[in-house]
Amino acid sequence: MVHREAFVAGLYFILMIVLALGAFIITRSSAARLAGTATIHSRPTYHGLLAAMQVFLPMLAILFFGSLLATRFVEQQSLAAMDPALLADELHRGAAYRDIRRFAAGGAVANATDGLKAGAATFAYLNTLTQWAIAGIGLSAGLAGLLFGLRTVTAEFRARNRFERIVAALLLACAGLAVLTTVGIVFSVLFETVHFFQKVSPVDFLFGTHWSPQQAIRADQGGASGSFGIAPLVVGTLLISTIAILVAGPIGLFAAIYMAEYASPKFRAWAKPILEILAGIPTVVLGFFAALTVAPVIREVGTALGLNVASESALAAGLVMGIMIVPFVSSLSDDVITAVPQSLRDGSLGMGATHSETIRRVVLPAALPGIVSAFMLAISRAVGETMIVVMAAGLAANLSFNPLDAVTTFTVQIKTILVGDQEFDSAKTLAAFALGFVLFFFTLTLNVIALAIVRKYREQYD
Amino acid sequence: MNSASILTAEAPNAAASAGLAPEPKVVARNVDVHYGEKHALKAVSVDIPARAVTAFIGPSGCGKSTFLRCINRMNDTISTCRVTGEITIDGQDIYDPRLDVVLLRARVGMVFQKPNPFPKTIYENVAYGPRLHGLASGKAELDEIVERSLRRASLWEEAKDRLGESGTGLSGGQQQRLCIARAIAVSPEVILMDEPCSALDPIATAKIEELIDELRTNFTIVIVTHSMQQAARVSQRTAFFHLGTLVEEGATDQIFTNPRDRRTQDYITGRFG
Ligand SMILES: Nc1ncnc2c1ncn2[C@@H]1O[C@H](COP(=O)(O)OP(=O)(O)OP(=O)(O)O)[C@@H](O)[C@H]1O
Ligand SMILES: [Mg+2]
Repeated sequence: MVHREAFVAGLYFILMIVLALGAFIITRSSAARLAGTATIHSRPTYHGLLAAMQVFLPMLAILFFGSLLATRFVEQQSLAAMDPALLADELHRGAAYRDIRRFAAGGAVANATDGLKAGAATFAYLNTLTQWAIAGIGLSAGLAGLLFGLRTVTAEFRARNRFERIVAALLLACAGLAVLTTVGIVFSVLFETVHFFQKVSPVDFLFGTHWSPQQAIRADQGGASGSFGIAPLVVGTLLISTIAILVAGPIGLFAAIYMAEYASPKFRAWAKPILEILAGIPTVVLGFFAALTVAPVIREVGTALGLNVASESALAAGLVMGIMIVPFVSSLSDDVITAVPQSLRDGSLGMGATHSETIRRVVLPAALPGIVSAFMLAISRAVGETMIVVMAAGLAANLSFNPLDAVTTFTVQIKTILVGDQEFDSAKTLAAFALGFVLFFFTLTLNVIALAIVRKYREQYD
Repeated sequence: MNSASILTAEAPNAAASAGLAPEPKVVARNVDVHYGEKHALKAVSVDIPARAVTAFIGPSGCGKSTFLRCINRMNDTISTCRVTGEITIDGQDIYDPRLDVVLLRARVGMVFQKPNPFPKTIYENVAYGPRLHGLASGKAELDEIVERSLRRASLWEEAKDRLGESGTGLSGGQQQRLCIARAIAVSPEVILMDEPCSALDPIATAKIEELIDELRTNFTIVIVTHSMQQAARVSQRTAFFHLGTLVEEGATDQIFTNPRDRRTQDYITGRFG
């Protein structure tokens, strides 16, 4: 059964490619023959490409939309035979439909009812039928496209222009898909966030100073209302990100200046890739480096100085995270500094400026927009980073500005909330969406600020 | 090689015969430049007179820019470039290791082929050099330097109401005049101009040429140009370069009406090859 479905789909794909290729070759040669006798507007290849598109795109569209429609239709029809009482809500419908499919595929279903058997029969029948229907319609469309392509091979037909338009449309479709996906994710998170705010007041959420969602695991347990004040998370996130950018900002920027302005091409050729490898180290590895190497060192030093240091500290996580994001700052900054035109440097040096004066007064201001975006990218990475914080800074939601305390962040809490079995409707689970939304809002704000800075201080050069 | 050494002996005679007897500001003797393996400039010797305009002409790739960049040691910024021989300004060897190249470049300003204003305001562009070298003791003095430089570069009238706007927002010709204003703001003794009008239209070119003629009273100017007419219009002395050698140097009138070398003759009459 499953094999047959895969077989039909595979066959369809192969036919689609074969037909498109065939359309290309046939139409091109037909156009080439025409070109031998008359001057034609478009080169034969464009006629071929256009014909191939006219075969390929309709077939793909029919497969995609046909399958969507068919799935809906088959589900509806198969469930029609079942007792409506069993299909009270979405969850039950889903379960019943799964049973039907399993039964139809010959699997065992405990106490199968007559309704279920009837449903399974309908399913098997309609499923096959729709599949063949889609395949049949698709193939006819493909053949029609081929014939149409052949018919349009005339001297004055503007195949090149039309093909260009199809390419533009395809590119637009891809761009649209990316944008739509983003919008979809934002809206689904927003939707659950609104849901959450029906259970917990936004004021408590945004301004509360106590975070402990753990009590409310199941409704029947005592003390079902957790507290959802995000202030400790905001402080923790800001604290760790600030430490990280204080580490990565200067190191990354100075490294970039050295690479772009002072380093010999040879040194640059091997140092730059090595620096970039740093960005590829899995954060889990950095996380246990932070927890097992950096944190103990910090604690020992702190204790020696008579300070009270938690075994997991914001400082350890921030330092290691800073090292992690150095390449984000340095690599991008290096690129923008290198892109500053040599003529500006010559102009400054020709005025009697030293190399470092030239960098400070001409090169860096000219590269500023790029450097700002490098920093913003790095900060976004730091804010979104989870693993290092989980391992090195702990889970304790302390409202503390002390870098030597254990703190927690947005991402860590989202992860903690969603690990393990959850009741989907509880305030605790929904809190993850609210946190995600705030986090998203935060990075969005960062990006907007960065854009504004870049606009304001952009120093145009050519 | 041979002909070059003969010509260097002749060069001072040429000056004398033109009746100029100029006091030399920049003196070059046997300057050789290599870019890695490439021998770009061969035994160039020339005297550049003070408070006059000297034009360098010659076919593309003959080493005009290379020689120009030797005079303010901009070639130092090219790692493969090696300069030998002697260049003096007012009798002082500029390749002396004890000489501070930063101070040299403050004395020898440069204007480039393509206008390259900094991406800063017009005011900041002109104030760049004076700030760098601490030439102004206060805001008022700096304002004065900026105004004086812009006036001399005949950009003041067009720019006085938009000093706070970006220098890159000016037109090409205005940008080039801004670069000239920037160069003269530090009161250099010598100004080197490498094809300063090649990116400009005839009107802007005429303005710059007028400007060069005015600047001549205070500065020693060396200009590289591909336009014979321009060399004839603005310069008092002309030097013709060919394949890395200085073929002929003399008063502009003499070079254009009565060249002594056949190659010079061919080049200025456009019969080159
Ligand atoms: N940075 C460099 N590296 C290697 N060779 C160079 C470099 N700059 C110039 N050259 C070579 O030196 C020679 C002289 O170049 P230069 O730029 O001085 O010519 P030019 O007379 O100014 O020509 P143009 O009129 O086209 O500007 C050329 O053959 C050029 O290829
Ligand atoms: Mg040149």
